[in-house]
Amino acid sequence: MARLLKLNVFRYNPQDPKSVPHLQTYVLDETDNMTMFIALNRVREEQDPGLQFDFCCRAGICGSCAMVINGRPSLACHTKTKDLPDEITLLPLPVFKLIGDLSVDTGVWFRAMYDKVESWIHTRKEFDPKALEERMDNAVAEQIYELERCIECGCCVAACGTARLRDDFMGAAALNRVARFVVDPRDTRTDKEYFEIIGNDTGIFGCMGLLACEDVCPKDLPLQNQLGYLRRKMGITALKSLFSRK
Amino acid sequence: MQTHYSDLLVIGAGLSGERIAVEAAQAGFGVTVLSIVPARRSHSSAAQGGMQAALGNCAMGKDDCPDVHFLDTVKGSDWGADQEVARMFVDTAPIEMRRLAYWGVPWNRVVPGKSFYFKGGEKFEKVEPEDRAGLITARSFGGTAKWRTCYTSDGTGHAVMCTMDNRCAQLGIDVRDRCEAIALIHDGQTCFGAIVRSLRSGELSAYLARATAVCTGGFGRIYKATTNAVICDGAGHIIALDTGAVPVGNPEAIQFHPTGIVPTDILVTEGCRGDGGTLLDVNQDRFMQIYEPEKAELASRDVVSRRMTEHMRKGLGVKSAYGDHLWLDIRHLGDKHISTKLREVDEICKYFLGIDARTQLIPVRPTQHYTMSGIRTDKDGAAYGLTGLFSAGEAACWDMHGFNRLGGNSLAETVVAGGIIGAKIAEFLGGHEVKFDTTLVRQAGAQAEERIKAIVSGTNGHEDVYKVRGALQEALMDGCFVFRNGPDLEKCIDTLHEVYERSGRVGLRSNGLGANPELAVALKIRGMVKLGLCIAYGALARTESRGSHTREDYPERNDRDWLTRTLAYWPDGAEKPVLKYEPSSPVYELPPGDRGYGGGKIIPADPASLTLIKKEVKG
Ligand SMILES: Cc1cc2nc3c(=O)[nH]c(=O)nc-3n(C[C@H](O)[C@H](O)[C@H](O)COP(=O)(O)OP(=O)(O)OC[C@H]3O[C@@H](n4cnc5c(N)ncnc54)[C@H](O)[C@@H]3O)c2cc1C
Ligand code: SF4
Ligand code: SF4
Ligand code: FES
Repeated sequence: MARLLKLNVFRYNPQDPKSVPHLQTYVLDETDNMTMFIALNRVREEQDPGLQFDFCCRAGICGSCAMVINGRPSLACHTKTKDLPDEITLLPLPVFKLIGDLSVDTGVWFRAMYDKVESWIHTRKEFDPKALEERMDNAVAEQIYELERCIECGCCVAACGTARLRDDFMGAAALNRVARFVVDPRDTRTDKEYFEIIGNDTGIFGCMGLLACEDVCPKDLPLQNQLGYLRRKMGITALKSLFSRK
Repeated sequence: MQTHYSDLLVIGAGLSGERIAVEAAQAGFGVTVLSIVPARRSHSSAAQGGMQAALGNCAMGKDDCPDVHFLDTVKGSDWGADQEVARMFVDTAPIEMRRLAYWGVPWNRVVPGKSFYFKGGEKFEKVEPEDRAGLITARSFGGTAKWRTCYTSDGTGHAVMCTMDNRCAQLGIDVRDRCEAIALIHDGQTCFGAIVRSLRSGELSAYLARATAVCTGGFGRIYKATTNAVICDGAGHIIALDTGAVPVGNPEAIQFHPTGIVPTDILVTEGCRGDGGTLLDVNQDRFMQIYEPEKAELASRDVVSRRMTEHMRKGLGVKSAYGDHLWLDIRHLGDKHISTKLREVDEICKYFLGIDARTQLIPVRPTQHYTMSGIRTDKDGAAYGLTGLFSAGEAACWDMHGFNRLGGNSLAETVVAGGIIGAKIAEFLGGHEVKFDTTLVRQAGAQAEERIKAIVSGTNGHEDVYKVRGALQEALMDGCFVFRNGPDLEKCIDTLHEVYERSGRVGLRSNGLGANPELAVALKIRGMVKLGLCIAYGALARTESRGSHTREDYPERNDRDWLTRTLAYWPDGAEKPVLKYEPSSPVYELPPGDRGYGGGKIIPADPASLTLIKKEVKG
């Protein structure tokens, strides 16, 4: 017998003066291999055509569809209903600005982050179209890629106690981004320059190290390692600059 | 209505759009880029396999060069490609890969020494050269003579997208997400920008620009089974076609991918077969080598899709609740390979099927994958029909893919074309001044507002937009999929005309306020059906089989009559598209011949009708 799923979905459209925040319940029959992508689209097409939520790749690659599913920030498209109880509560991610219902504004948040951490390779070299590429050890390339895998879904930020308390906290995604450039030999920034970006309470020293971030990251990024690595590195940089000032 | 101004308006922040933006911004022009989703979520990020460029660094790519890449590309296109464009592309691709490395892409690199690879289920040894250590390496991909596909593990599109978007941030380019272009502003001669709906507030604005580039990707979502992201619904093609002046090139040229998982149609990369994965039938027997003794699983994807369909039609498919499928087997590649080189595939199996690819078979079937079809441009990327309008990437028909693009060639196209066309746009901006006619702008805005009002209030009727879309998708699956024939196409066209009529009567069931998703679809639905009709009419008219366009009733490739490109126009108020034709290529560096795979008879062209150019082609 197929289960009947009860979906309690947060509804609020800030653009509609009559709208008030509330939970709305939809009942849906479960089908084989159902994901939240299939479930929510069926709700929209069959029951509530105005329901707002975000999907793009529906394959766990693009990071569009993060929401809080039964209390846990997750990607809706790779959440299988068979892993959930009959009653499912869906809320939009906290921290990010609400657009409507389950849809939040991660785009603006992450673009601001790129500027904050200067999310690009800093180099004085010019590109020479006639020259061979600079060589790189494959292991280094893979190490960079490992950190580049962040899909900017926002789960780690939504789960982070510090980010919820202070909206200027960078969050694990931004700190991981810095780590990505630290391991990249093409980026010539020094520890001191990185320190200026993250060596304070809005950055690495604001992190309480409770690791809710790593726990929810759908890409299993090694956030714990990276945060620890940056904390040590920035700690040493802080000490060094203390002594060199004398 | 608010008005924004920039030198260049790029509609689409995928790889092609951002690459154009970077080139124009570097030349000193003010650029605004619009996107439905945050740039990095663009569909480019979903490309797993890689990008083709003849760097020739790795052992299996030894002696590769742009000439060999050219041969592969033109053969792959079944001689439908514009050979001038294909030539520019192959020559520029290696430089572009190096530029991407300079900007930050963590390409996988050559690791010298012995290593193993699989082909057709068998294990082979190769030795990577010492002197190439640390240069950009490549993997194998369907339909190529050499290993030429540059990659970053299993997330090439994602990694390159990150780097390109970082570059945009570095240059301070104004990239705005949740902005959807719903109409072009034009006077029948010149394009002045677009009317844009905010997907935050629902508000309309006018984005004016001296040049506009449409880089909105493919339109797979007009099919029911597609590997494409949910936003790939042809919005860019629709606004171009709606001008009445701009044609869609080769609408019938749609590619199907052999390996979408069943049931969600998420793609598992061609890299699986490139790395040695095999296809099995209901008896768990390999079968591709029966049809394609030489290339087997590595033949080009239209061939593989067709052979899979053929094999399933013989009753050798696996029955399931979602219809027939076949198996993809990568078990023998082993844990290390699967968990590093094919990690995304591993994740897809785990998260969407609940299976372990190390020990279990993956259910797959052919699904819509790529639109060679697109906004027809010249080799500079300038759209036919309107001055100041450009297009690049999957949205465009530039046209290096003809009737079949090779795996790895489209992601490479986005950045290579983006670079070339971006430079051409910068050149154009240097000498192109326009006067913005405020009446025209206001009219375009008012027209869009009228349309929205009618849909929201149900003035034209109360058709359910999702049902109309479903009918369109079903019709195309029935009539315009891997195999096509006259009677089915005619039936498909009849159905589509009914659906078209219904699409004019769509009315909302929700209130339409704010970023209302029902309204977003309703604004596009008529255009989506128009695209469907262009495909069906184009396919019916083309009485031959070429690349991915397979007519069961016309199995031969007919170079005598059909060495042409379809141009589908939709004049204002017309009930169906008007089809025109132009030669496939202005010149033939490689005269039409046999592809060496896929079989099929060829009706030769009259040699006197072709402009051949002589060039020493190696390989
Ligand atoms: C699953 C999958 C895997 C693939 N793997 C490979 C591969 O390995 N190798 C390869 O060569 N090719 C691959 N391809 C093909 C390749 O990824 C695409 O052709 C290519 O990425 C398209 O890039 P693009 O820049 O043209 O468009 P996209 O990346 O699709 O970007 C389109 C942009 O346009 C925006 N947009 C759309 N409509 C509007 C509008 N109305 N207003 C404003 N913005 C709009 C979107 O928001 C987006 O930013 C794959 C395709 C799929 C489906
Ligand atoms: S470890 Fe740091 S970044 Fe991660 S959730 Fe805790 S405070 Fe936030
Ligand atoms: S680090 Fe993980 S959880 Fe955070 S944004 Fe990136 S992918 Fe999402
Ligand atoms: S829709 Fe792309 S990650 Fe879920």
